[in-house]
Amino acid sequence: MEGAFGSDFGGSGSGKLDPGLIMEQVKVQIAVANAQELLQRMTDKCFRKCIGKPGGSLDNSEQKCIAMCMDRYMDAWNTVSRAYNSRLQRERANM
Amino acid sequence: MRTLSPEILIFTLTMADLGEADEAELQRMVAAEQQKAQFTAQVHHFMELCWDKCVEKPGNRLDSRTENCLSSCVDRFIDTTFAITSRFAQIVQKGGQ
Repeated sequence: MEGAFGSDFGGSGSGKLDPGLIMEQVKVQIAVANAQELLQRMTDKCFRKCIGKPGGSLDNSEQKCIAMCMDRYMDAWNTVSRAYNSRLQRERANM
Repeated sequence: MRTLSPEILIFTLTMADLGEADEAELQRMVAAEQQKAQFTAQVHHFMELCWDKCVEKPGNRLDSRTENCLSSCVDRFIDTTFAITSRFAQIVQKGGQ
């Protein structure tokens, strides 16, 4: 059976669908959406940090800044993710 | 950003020709993914606020001051959420506007 996103939902000849295969598709969709979100926000933040007065092109320092900014953004993402996870566990322990 | 959108959930559950047990399992798995997606959406939100507060010029690595700032930012935002929720409840209870 062909899904709305052009993917195979794992239907057999009997027409029954496999939840495991459906979930694989769902997880991929979520991962793609998350990557898009990450890139959009990273681009926004790094543009603000690295590009002052916009010139005729991206100069060398701006390009280097963008590369560093991307790495730092992902480091920050990991730090924030860990901090949030810890806090959630602490709150659950206190309940 | 949307978390696991209702459209995906509804599409998955109504379009699927599943037995009862399979449908229950699917609901359970979708709920788990929904929770993960909610976590991720929150991290995006924290980044929106905390990056500006904590990161100045991006360097070769995040120094410890920046790392501490980011961790504290998450905790202080959550504390703020609690503070606002509880005080708002008091305000509403007193019949205020």
